Amino acid sequence: MAVKVRIPTPLQRLTQGREEVEGVPGTVMELITSLDSAFPGIAERISENGKVRRFVNIYVNEEDIRFLNAEETAVKDGDEVSIVPAIAGGGR
Amino acid sequence: MGHIKGLKCRECGREYAIEPIYVCEFCFGPLEVAYDYKSIAGDISRKKIEKRDKNLWRYRELLPIDGEPQVGLDSGFTPLIRADNLARVLGVDELYLKDDTVVHPTLSFKDRVVAIALTKAKEFGFDTVACASTGNLAHSVSAHGAKAGFKRFIFIPSTLEASKIVASLVYEPNLIAVDGNYDDVNRLCSEIANKYKWAFVNINIRPFYAEGSKTLGFEVIEQLGWKAPDNVVVPCASGSLLTKVWKSFKEFRDVGIIKDLSTKVFAAQATGCSPIAAAIKQGRDVIRPVKPDTIAKSLAIGNPADGFYAAQVVRDTGGYAEDVSDPEIIDAIKLLARTEGVFAETAGGVTLASTIKLIQSGRIKRDESTVICITGNGLKTQEALQGHTSSPHHIKPSLASFEEVLENIKKGE
Repeated sequence: MAVKVRIPTPLQRLTQGREEVEGVPGTVMELITSLDSAFPGIAERISENGKVRRFVNIYVNEEDIRFLNAEETAVKDGDEVSIVPAIAGGGR
Repeated sequence: MGHIKGLKCRECGREYAIEPIYVCEFCFGPLEVAYDYKSIAGDISRKKIEKRDKNLWRYRELLPIDGEPQVGLDSGFTPLIRADNLARVLGVDELYLKDDTVVHPTLSFKDRVVAIALTKAKEFGFDTVACASTGNLAHSVSAHGAKAGFKRFIFIPSTLEASKIVASLVYEPNLIAVDGNYDDVNRLCSEIANKYKWAFVNINIRPFYAEGSKTLGFEVIEQLGWKAPDNVVVPCASGSLLTKVWKSFKEFRDVGIIKDLSTKVFAAQATGCSPIAAAIKQGRDVIRPVKPDTIAKSLAIGNPADGFYAAQVVRDTGGYAEDVSDPEIIDAIKLLARTEGVFAETAGGVTLASTIKLIQSGRIKRDESTVICITGNGLKTQEALQGHTSSPHHIKPSLASFEEVLENIKKGE
């Protein structure tokens, strides 16, 4: 078992069209680094200088990592990680 | 024209051509219109503006259109009211209301942004306009779109009250009631916007749409006699209006319309939905999303798209934020009506009630000039006041019955 990572449509070009890929356990930042060795270029799209980009949301088991331990949040085997671009919008 | 350089990502600075796009392909940051301020500075002047018709297009050099204005030719240039009665109650010297309860045609500041969005939609060649909304935006897209001859799709949560729906339906748009909450509607609309070639004003037209909010700020400066106020208090939903009001002040300085600018920008939210105010008060960078619970429904965005930027503006200008309870909102609506004869929607109550707290805490100084932005009309949210107003005096159709009541009224005074 590994960490399941859901890839958003705009980044699937980097994962050969795959919606879901596997990553290795560790912190969120370590996960991103490991994804980048499998799918070069993905790390700079979702992070910058070791921080997740402001308009990218990362969820571990449906919880936003900003409310867990941010980039240091631990992910273990069997966890589900979703990468979701924040959609600009709103205004009632 | 020719003052627009293109679109630029607010986050990573990547540049794009002018198209109906809104998100940076690289880092997912929001795109913003970039202008050539040098060429605008040579092409704009107080005199030139003053000669034009009194609508929001008088500042067209700083708006993102290529040709002539096509929509909202009577929108904008709402009154800036010197609120001396209210100032006396609050114990301040110089207080103004920017009164967007009377924007043509649907009585909220959304008529400003939609005027720009639909003019841009025409320039892009769209025949259909759309939005996700629960209120003011739906009304404005329905009305402006009718006049401009667009097909219109308005998406709302199906649980919306009948009274709010009528004010859109009267303009005969295609009203789509989605079985879900506002966030579900927004998500669905993003998918639809990807598939159909429609102009979604607050999605793929958002970079242009949002620029319309600047006209409120331009007007404030012109109406104050070409100067910026010491303080401005702005209600926050997505946070876009606040960032754009500040942008308008900076632009007027950068193109030489005004020389000095030291305005402090203050954010107002309802306590039941205050993610931006909370971040400012706690000195945090991160906007923590909330589940809204407030009568100020037009401000109830729990995950505000421009929250980070709004908080940044407040911090950078030395402003602050306040949040207020539902009873405080209602009291403020009544105070505004009683003292200044202006009936604001719940968002206006939020702004005034927050201003009162900011004055009491000394964040807004009593001898400074302050502008309060009132962004929508109270006639649209009358249910919020149900049971909170005084009652009529019931009488028989006789002079005696009237005079009996009159006695009681006089005793009460």
